[in-house]
Amino acid sequence: MSELWAPFAFEFFRNGLVAATVAGALCGLIGVYVVLRGMSYIGHGLSHAIFGGFAASSVIGISYFLGAGVWGLATAVLIGRVSRHRPIGNDAAIAVVTTASFALGLALIAVFGTPARSAEAALFGNVLGVSATDVAAIALVALAVGVGVLVRYRALLFTTFDPEVAAVSGVHTARVDLLLMLMLTVSILVSMNIMGVTLVAAAIVIPAASARLLTTSFTTMLVLATTIGAASGFVGMIASYHFDIASGPTIVLTSAAIFAVAYVVHGVRRR
Amino acid sequence: MTDGPLIGLDQVAVRYGADPVVADVTLSIGASTFLGLVGPSGAGKTSVLRVLAGSLIPAAGSVVRARSLTVGYVPQVQTVDWDFPITVIECVLLARTAARWRPWPTAGDRADADDVLDRLAIGDLARRGIRELSGGQQQRVFLARALLQRPRLLLLDEPTAGVDLRTRHEMMHLLGELHRDGLAIVLTTHDLNGVAAHLPTIACLNHTIVSIGAPAEVLTPETLETTYGAPLEVLTHAGMRVVVEPGGLVGSESAEHVHADRCRPAP
Repeated sequence: MSELWAPFAFEFFRNGLVAATVAGALCGLIGVYVVLRGMSYIGHGLSHAIFGGFAASSVIGISYFLGAGVWGLATAVLIGRVSRHRPIGNDAAIAVVTTASFALGLALIAVFGTPARSAEAALFGNVLGVSATDVAAIALVALAVGVGVLVRYRALLFTTFDPEVAAVSGVHTARVDLLLMLMLTVSILVSMNIMGVTLVAAAIVIPAASARLLTTSFTTMLVLATTIGAASGFVGMIASYHFDIASGPTIVLTSAAIFAVAYVVHGVRRR
Repeated sequence: MTDGPLIGLDQVAVRYGADPVVADVTLSIGASTFLGLVGPSGAGKTSVLRVLAGSLIPAAGSVVRARSLTVGYVPQVQTVDWDFPITVIECVLLARTAARWRPWPTAGDRADADDVLDRLAIGDLARRGIRELSGGQQQRVFLARALLQRPRLLLLDEPTAGVDLRTRHEMMHLLGELHRDGLAIVLTTHDLNGVAAHLPTIACLNHTIVSIGAPAEVLTPETLETTYGAPLEVLTHAGMRVVVEPGGLVGSESAEHVHADRCRPAP
């Protein structure tokens, strides 16, 4: 039993555990809107696009959060504009803009160079590098997103469920969409250190997809997805230490296991 | 009640890209309007309804609205994501979104929602997920959401599509009650005989308004041929116009309305 608690003696592990749990909850919460809007691909694409911002901010020498944050938000807005062109469509717009941004990031690193470990951490996650500042940043973003979801709860729900009627009913749907993109961008930004670019999309999509299988209520889905995300982060981090596997894969595998259970439960209920 | 215009459309045109959908539509919606928009698929019925709702900006023409006009909009059920995880009460309370910042409903909102659900006879379904409802119940949920906004004008896009005859009758009677209570109503439908039986005014639309007026004035073979591009027979049954097309009545579910042996050709 004491073996189980052994990693808690290390500060880096405690930081990583708190960060993974809070980031998991944050991604689970915001993932509800991503999944219900059929935008799962945008989570995947935006994380790659933000990598371009990470590289650019390294080259320019500005704060990662500022550079990658502005880059990510600009990408999200650009996707919105490109996708309005009927012949292109939403999925193609996401693919074009985000992969171009990712490629630009790789090109910037190739030309100007950046510390290899940082690039690797951004791509695959690095829990050893989670500092107290990172934990504070994740907690702050989680708090801000939580308040944003709470205050604009009904507008976000209405715009997600029925955007045309929401607009007719006086909801400023364009502002609500922008708020969601902003919250999604900062959520990906602060979660990348834990999960990495390649796996953060899974942390957004899987808890929400699992929750959707378990409930017919939106409020319950929000609570369930947030809880599943937090539990995946917590359990995944402990598994990461004991199995000596990177934190990103163990967190995603934990949430995938929860999805499998939810899938079975859903199937049994429908019989 | 005064019948001042709530919305006036003047020579409105709608285009999707370069394709014109609606042209030269002039229409005045008053406080006592109860109007059915009919026409073939692709005639522009939903586009006109969306212009009235304010969700579609016309390419040409003008739209004048009464000040502080509240519009309740009931979309086509086919456009709704019925797998969306939302309960009936969560869906209906969305009507109060614009007026509220806090996430939970006030006691007043909740009481109003319960009243509307009870009036539409779906009060016992409040905690059900929308995907668990029948077609008629789904229509009532969206009607309840629109009514909770306390609109002066109610717009419904094909409210009787995909439901059985009894449900369709109940819906039309319910809309009649709401109209008598002072609500202006505009709806689109393919059910010509249903609107002829229940609504005082019909507008035949085929990219522009072909004819508008009382069913007895509008439902003539000439108007219907211009609207639908095919000859349609019109009979009179118990003083009402009944439209017949080759192979059956227009709006096939309307067959139960009519005993053909008691019908005679319309003048």
